Amino acid sequence: MKAAIVVFPGTNRERDMALALQRVTGAKPAMLWHRDAALPAGTDLVVLPGGFSYGDYLRCGAMAAQSPIMQAVKDHAARGGHVLGVCNGFQILCEAGLLPGALLRNASLRFLSMDCHMRVERTDTPYTSRFQRGAVFRATMAHGDGNYFADDATLDRLEGEGLVALRYATSAGEVTADANRNGAARSIAGILSPNLRVLGLMPHPENQVDPAIDGTDGLPMFESLAETLAAA
Amino acid sequence: MKARVTVMPKAGVLDPQGKAIGHALESLGFGGVGEVRAGKVIELELTETDPAKAKQAAEEMARKLLANTVIESFRVEVV
Repeated sequence: MKAAIVVFPGTNRERDMALALQRVTGAKPAMLWHRDAALPAGTDLVVLPGGFSYGDYLRCGAMAAQSPIMQAVKDHAARGGHVLGVCNGFQILCEAGLLPGALLRNASLRFLSMDCHMRVERTDTPYTSRFQRGAVFRATMAHGDGNYFADDATLDRLEGEGLVALRYATSAGEVTADANRNGAARSIAGILSPNLRVLGLMPHPENQVDPAIDGTDGLPMFESLAETLAAA
Repeated sequence: MKARVTVMPKAGVLDPQGKAIGHALESLGFGGVGEVRAGKVIELELTETDPAKAKQAAEEMARKLLANTVIESFRVEVV
């Protein structure tokens, strides 16, 4: 798997993401700057990591979505390439129109910096194949605008087509209002594109990939990708 | 020529900022305040001198960048 990480001014989670990817591939991912106009040849996976691109000016992810590299990311997605957006990366994917909906201010108006649990809604995707169906895993959330919103027709379509990848849940896997800390529509933590190759999620699976730091709860997501894209 | 773009959360989209402002007004003792919605105003200095063309250009800018029409509506005035 050949991975590349996009760095925007204000991105701050690119190194954690690089370590997570290196852990499963053994290779350092390429770091791309927002002004770059092309991906390295043979890139399988593009990652938009977390942070505060362009200082969250106008709307979270709005400026990054217009930056030169994003045309290359859109072309990559249109060719059937894999794109992962975490936290600010998810916001950028929505602003760029690669995923539907938008991320609103958390319903509590509070910046949420805490662990959460997510229920894996399907395991036949490039991102979740190493999880057990219905598995629940812990990840860290750190965002002020993670309250997923889409109109009812879009939400119904996402659910109907099985494109809700992850939902906020209790550690026992129950989807409850209390477990949905940011107020996301239908407890949605992460969604997929129709071809299952673009995933956006608010929490940070790359935080939990090292047993010496905070466990390996998030590692199966990266192992899934490495396995899926090994042959690519 | 100046264009003023007013961007507001769409009806039906949760506006927690507006809600918080409403609560703060209430706790300051202002009575009779119903729903509060918070948006933003963006002023553009344009070289265009034709008001209709200026409005059209500002609307295009709003659709492409200034507003996210999934969650926001906008209004353009040429001033």
